[in-house]
Amino acid sequence: MPESLTKFIFGRLTLESLPLHEPIVVVTFIVVALGGLAVLGAITYFKLWGYLWREWFTSVDHKKIGVMYMALGLVMLLRGFSDAIMMRLQQAIAFNGSEGYLNAHHYDQIFTAHGVIMIFFVAMPFVTGLMNFVVPLQIGARDVSFPFLNNFSFWMTVGGAILVMASLFVGEFARTGWLAYPPLSGIDYSPDVGVDYYIWALQVAGVGTTLSGINLICTIIKMRAPGMTMMRMPIFTWTSLCTNVLIVASFPVLTAVLTLLALDRYVGTNFFTNDFGGNPMMYVNLIWIWGHPEVYILILPLFGVFSEVTSTFSGKRLFGYTSMVYATVVITILSYLVWLHHFFTMGSGASVNSFFGITTMIISIPTGAKMFNWLFTMYRGRIRFELPMMWTLAFMLTFVVGGMTGVLLAVPPADFVLHNSLFLIAHFHNVIIGGVLFGLFAGIAYWWPKAFGFRLDPFWGKVSFWCWVLGFWFAFMPLYILGLMGVTRRMRVFDDPSLQIWFVIAAFGAVLIAGGIAAFLVQIFVSIRRREALADHTGDPWDGRTLEWSTSSPPPAYNFAFTPVIRDNDAWFDMKRAGYRRPLSGFKPIHMPKNTGTGVILAALSVALGFGLIWYMWWLAALSFVCLIATAIGHTFNYHRDFDIPAAEVAQTEEARTTLLAAQG
Amino acid sequence: MTSTAITAGAEPVFHLEEEHAHAEGGSTMLGFWLYLMSDCLIFAMLFAAFGVLGGNYAAGPAPKDLFDLGLVAVNTTMLLLSSITYGFAMLTMDKGRVGETQSWLAVTMLFGLAFLSIELYEFAHMIHEGATPQRSAFLSSFFTLVGTHGLHVTFGIVWMVTLMVQVARHGLIEANRRRLMCLSMFWHFLDVVWIGVFTFVYLMGTLR
Repeated sequence: MPESLTKFIFGRLTLESLPLHEPIVVVTFIVVALGGLAVLGAITYFKLWGYLWREWFTSVDHKKIGVMYMALGLVMLLRGFSDAIMMRLQQAIAFNGSEGYLNAHHYDQIFTAHGVIMIFFVAMPFVTGLMNFVVPLQIGARDVSFPFLNNFSFWMTVGGAILVMASLFVGEFARTGWLAYPPLSGIDYSPDVGVDYYIWALQVAGVGTTLSGINLICTIIKMRAPGMTMMRMPIFTWTSLCTNVLIVASFPVLTAVLTLLALDRYVGTNFFTNDFGGNPMMYVNLIWIWGHPEVYILILPLFGVFSEVTSTFSGKRLFGYTSMVYATVVITILSYLVWLHHFFTMGSGASVNSFFGITTMIISIPTGAKMFNWLFTMYRGRIRFELPMMWTLAFMLTFVVGGMTGVLLAVPPADFVLHNSLFLIAHFHNVIIGGVLFGLFAGIAYWWPKAFGFRLDPFWGKVSFWCWVLGFWFAFMPLYILGLMGVTRRMRVFDDPSLQIWFVIAAFGAVLIAGGIAAFLVQIFVSIRRREALADHTGDPWDGRTLEWSTSSPPPAYNFAFTPVIRDNDAWFDMKRAGYRRPLSGFKPIHMPKNTGTGVILAALSVALGFGLIWYMWWLAALSFVCLIATAIGHTFNYHRDFDIPAAEVAQTEEARTTLLAAQG
Repeated sequence: MTSTAITAGAEPVFHLEEEHAHAEGGSTMLGFWLYLMSDCLIFAMLFAAFGVLGGNYAAGPAPKDLFDLGLVAVNTTMLLLSSITYGFAMLTMDKGRVGETQSWLAVTMLFGLAFLSIELYEFAHMIHEGATPQRSAFLSSFFTLVGTHGLHVTFGIVWMVTLMVQVARHGLIEANRRRLMCLSMFWHFLDVVWIGVFTFVYLMGTLR
């Protein structure tokens, strides 16, 4: 084949692009490929493709989409954590002239991929999945406002994840750090495909995130059951609303700034270049205008989870509901006024730095108010130390420490010393693991019985809990100490042998966390095996207080046979107290959206578009773009997107539940 | 949201007997507004970039050397007129006149195409004179901001063609009215953005 034709077809993709010279990557690839083949083979063997396609991939049911988001987050957690433990191992052994086992080229990709994956493809899917599953149930709705869009958003997130995963085996990932600052991420210093993988993975996933944000805001504003005023919404719904407002108001900024970076790389414009009038610091400003709200996007829903859990397991109404709502809203607003604290060292002067330092410190006030609200909720409550409550207590202890080091970093002179050090790394892992991750485990343990009809096994949950909590403290306290001693982040080898002991302790912590993740997987496996023993037929295993506990576990496709009417906060608690009786007759047909495969197709075309752009296969990019537009337009010609669940079917489903409830006595 | 009276003493009401139907597409307008605001943020970022970089000519051409305000005025007129004609399309849609609605949409589309043609002519002229997007940060931000707006107008036209086919097929049914309403909001939004472009980029640029 003539060279020009090869170049036309494959762009800059050659056999040399495959990382065959990196034994670690090759082994990883073999393991992933064998594992993947085993899974695909099993699905084929058990003839599950049709079932998966009909019941899950094309589903527009918010509950199933929520579960799929959680599955995506879990898979990507394994990848992100592999990167983490590789880094910890490298830093623990690269002393006394040893180069460790990772070369610089590979190591730089690993710390970039770790950050990108953990934020965009672990934390975001987990949080979005939880909101997707819980919010419509909590507000008494049958689905979200735009069910098809929900499915599409999910698959776009998967599309982004696929592009990141592809970079492991085809080409390479960015070596720039997780925010890809120019000029390093510009075409002059990063001419390879790494940054392009980064850009297009985030752009594809970003479309999904923005649309899902719009969707959930509409759902919360428009679909609440009658009687549920804004100030009667469960706190988790409130925090979800604020999070989605933040998503819609910040992800377009990321889209815009990545587009500008892409133009610099592809077209040769001069936004962030050093010459021709470009300004690299503008990129840093713009990306943190997205980036700071992003951290609140992650944490706010988990504040909601902790509120629900504390109230339920203390057997009390949440203390200070109104102050909780206002604290959430204040945090939402303030999160836009602090972005510059990520680069006090830019040199913007004392006045600007003071402003952003003070706004940063102010955020600790509403957060502190929340902490006291949870404490006062527990005060004189009948606390049940079930798994979700244990995670909540661990969060309260851990997060406060992370919050305090955050306030410390908010002081500009202190930040000048600690900027870019391992102290910073310890701080944000302290709040993200101690806040977001602990919250997710609390939420998963809390709502798992709602999603599947059986509880998670408590023994393995506790093993996972203690491994995670102890592992976190072992892994990150040494980093605080190292950071105070001036060790900078992203180092591959060290000269000073006296530092090694701290890195060894940190690596030990990472091993404990690995045990925590393994125990969590075992917990899921064991719980599925023991699902009969752990089954809950009441639909209300924790003596819950909000509407999602009023329906069956798992809930029927239509969630509620009749639209509930709300008289109070803690609607379900109020219903139980007032002698609620389940309606047994008079069922009506229920109007529901139809499943569709368009979301999968559009996301697959977006992945092809991204892949074409990354490798300069212009024909592929153009072709998939045209197909993308055509498919999207074609979809709008389908006017019949709904159907009715017949009244008889509803009656049958409800009667089955009546029988189950009667068997409970 | 319907309110349900709860009378004291009576058995408390916990659910609606009658199906509490959320009107189909009841969230669409709110959702589309939110989308427009998110799009507005993208433009805000591009305006901010232009604000920061707009004076960085890198010893290259400046707005005074490049902008032909007369041409831009004609262009602005095209877009403003297209907004008015879209308004007429919506008025006739409310009266249920399919043919007139379609005609006004076609007129709107022609104005939109005229706008795009003039913009492309302007771009080609600038590039021909060596004022390419690569020449300076000012030109990078100029072409990106104005080009993104032009790209939106292009998508608006593609969307308009799609809707005209759908109206021709199904008439002015509820779903199609909703879609026309969304496109109307989109089209007027682009007008508002253009007024910002005209003011900040062209008029104030010439004053620089």
